[in-house]
Amino acid sequence: MTVNLIRRREDLATALRALEGTVPAPLARLLTLLGSVLTIASCFLSWTWTDRFPGDLTVAGYPGGLQVLTLTAGLLLLLQTLSAYQLRGLGWLAPAGQTRALRLLALGALAVTWYTLGAISGELGGLANLEPGGFVAGIAVLPALYGTLALPGDRREATPAQARPLWQELLVIAAIAAAGLYVFTYGIETEYGELFVGFLLVIGFSAGAYAQAGLLARASALFARRRPWASAAAFLAAAAFPLTQSSEQYANLGVNILIFATVALGLNIVVGLTGLLDLGYVAFLGVGAYTAALISGSVFSPFRGAHVPFLLAALIGAAVSVVFGVLIGAPTLRLRGDYLAIVTIGFGEIFHIAVNNLDGKSGPKITNGPDGIAQIPDVSIFGFNLGSAHQLGSITIGRFANYFFLMLIVTLVVVTVFSRAGNSRIGRAWIALREDETAAEAMGINGFRTKLVAFALGASLAGLAGTVSAHVTYNVVPTPYVFAGSTAPNSAFLLAAVVLGGMGTVSGPLLGASLLYLIPEKLTFLQHYQLLAFGVALIVLMRFRPEGIVANRRRQAEFHQSDIPAQAAGSEDSVSLSQAGA
Amino acid sequence: MSTTTSTPLLDVRGVTMRFGGLTAVSNVDLTVGQGEIIGLIGPNGAGKTTFFNCLTGLYVPTEGTVTYRGNVLPPKPHLVTQAGIARTFQNIRLFANMTVLENVLVGRHSRTREGLFSALVRGPGYRRAEADSRAKAMELLEFVGLAAKAEHLARNLPYGEQRKLEIARALASEPGLLLLDEPTAGMNPQETRAAEELVFAIRDRGIAILVIEHDMKFIFNLCDRTAVLVQGQKIVEGDRETVQNDERVITAYLGTPLEQPTETTE
Repeated sequence: MTVNLIRRREDLATALRALEGTVPAPLARLLTLLGSVLTIASCFLSWTWTDRFPGDLTVAGYPGGLQVLTLTAGLLLLLQTLSAYQLRGLGWLAPAGQTRALRLLALGALAVTWYTLGAISGELGGLANLEPGGFVAGIAVLPALYGTLALPGDRREATPAQARPLWQELLVIAAIAAAGLYVFTYGIETEYGELFVGFLLVIGFSAGAYAQAGLLARASALFARRRPWASAAAFLAAAAFPLTQSSEQYANLGVNILIFATVALGLNIVVGLTGLLDLGYVAFLGVGAYTAALISGSVFSPFRGAHVPFLLAALIGAAVSVVFGVLIGAPTLRLRGDYLAIVTIGFGEIFHIAVNNLDGKSGPKITNGPDGIAQIPDVSIFGFNLGSAHQLGSITIGRFANYFFLMLIVTLVVVTVFSRAGNSRIGRAWIALREDETAAEAMGINGFRTKLVAFALGASLAGLAGTVSAHVTYNVVPTPYVFAGSTAPNSAFLLAAVVLGGMGTVSGPLLGASLLYLIPEKLTFLQHYQLLAFGVALIVLMRFRPEGIVANRRRQAEFHQSDIPAQAAGSEDSVSLSQAGA
Repeated sequence: MSTTTSTPLLDVRGVTMRFGGLTAVSNVDLTVGQGEIIGLIGPNGAGKTTFFNCLTGLYVPTEGTVTYRGNVLPPKPHLVTQAGIARTFQNIRLFANMTVLENVLVGRHSRTREGLFSALVRGPGYRRAEADSRAKAMELLEFVGLAAKAEHLARNLPYGEQRKLEIARALASEPGLLLLDEPTAGMNPQETRAAEELVFAIRDRGIAILVIEHDMKFIFNLCDRTAVLVQGQKIVEGDRETVQNDERVITAYLGTPLEQPTETTE
């Protein structure tokens, strides 16, 4: 099966390469140029006759919905083509060669256009529902793709970027941060599934194209050089997200993504750095959430007299999580390998079942069983009530925006903990234990204690996020804290977010978590097939990019030894800006 | 560099290791003095590596004690390293996906104290310790000749340099005794020569060395004394002459002389 896949992939690559040079390069470039211009033009035509297809693609002269995405793909392709024409001022677009980037951009334009046409015919019943504009678009992308495939390959080692004055580099960083914020906001605000699929297609293919062009490597090198500035820009971009929202709907989504992403980052310490497979991690989020719910003055809490201030509740929640982490870790971390995975999966289920049963009937009345603890009061920090909307100039900052800011601070804490701990004596010990436990112990590392520290730290970060999540959702119920479910967060999704995003990186789990949260949220038509689609996606990813979307320098080397290492150093943390807001 | 046999650095008394019915190491005594280079040879399966594992806490010996600087060693690898014995492995065990420098920094683990909290706070004490560790690690890489490759991934080093890196990593724990398990396995003659120089240079730093090796030339060039292990038992220990002329050693390596079998067939 795998062999077959590999062979087929190579067949495809050879078939595509067979087109290389079938027409002279200038003609190929011209075809690409014409194709991209025609694609752009077609977006201003009417694609279908009825506005029953979401986004209203009927108006000529005014692109809507998916047409905007096609337009974007066409514009990006045009820009890159002009750069291939060596137009003045566009040379920076391809430090590592044009052709591969052009091919991916053309493929992206083809994908989004044909997807749109397919979705229209599928939903309205047949190709008859397409207006001429749609056919123009569908055909216009073909010469563009053919042109890029016929272009000769020009992959080259990117020359190192020359240093520029600080203000110029800061401008670039700010521009990338703003672009990241825009892309993230666009994605979170997509109103219907088709638009989200189109969005993913455009983003996916352009990200691939810019990685091939060497731009992502440039950007990440720049961020590495100006790390404090880049982090500040990323944080500001993330903080600006709620200000772009007029309604509470998407701010709510933003908070939930942030909680999920933060927990995934905590799990990354345990799984990515220390190599301990924890399949019950969501239980620590639950411990934090239940602890906060019990002591924050809800009338459904048996300790309803206790209403501790939020900051204290957050600390207690984290501390209780640590206690549970040590209780689970102490007997099991002496074992190696798979035993831990089994024990953690068991702990996750025990937690889920226990909170379900502590309802006064099957056990003492603490958690109200499946009903959960409701009416958790809003957080009030130093007299500032996060539950009510506040005015900042002309912008209203609603309840979820308030919590978004609170959660962003928690995320900042977790990111700081992750990067500082990861790059220190103890972080090196974690990685050493992951790499070779015997050798690590022979170097004087107390394996058990070091692993326990990682386990407890991971637990505390999840518990901390849990205390916020309890307040955000008003109530705490047992259902989300399971091993596998169709919506985030559950242990399987958390682990998938880490693996998908890229183990051992900061931005990887943030990106993976955003995707894993948004996809079930937006693609409601998948419904019952969600887990199936998710499984297929994971298999495909593991086959073609086992190191995750954002590759850690180490893992990239691990999985692609035979490949050219040109992009190896580049992609690390390259999307940190756009995703710090996620 | 004086060989003080009165107070040995390492004193192994009657170490026996049994795995079920198999006795891999049987009642072995061995001493290593300050600044000595001691060789340990024997045919394959003689129990040399098992003996090493008993010394470094990887195995708990069934019987016998291991004393280092007068203290009985606890059977935990990290505590043995803490006490001052470092080792390399027969089949190289580097942290393949860490850089060369990071590998050596991990070796400094037992000589630094900074825990999680100070890593998070990053106070001046932490920065000083980290800078100090890096300087020491770079000095060791300089010593073994890998300073130029500090930022390479360990897995990308050629074989001979991986061996050197393993030694540098072991030295980073500031040991008094270094155990080398077949340091020249798979090396060509030039590399073996270089390894000899390296071992002498390490001894000149005041570190005693116990080395397992199959290359007899290497062993007899280096070692002050050599012990021969056959089927778990130490059959002889002494200088080059003693070992080379010992009949039991010749029997162990080359088999019994031809007369004996002919006698038995008759």
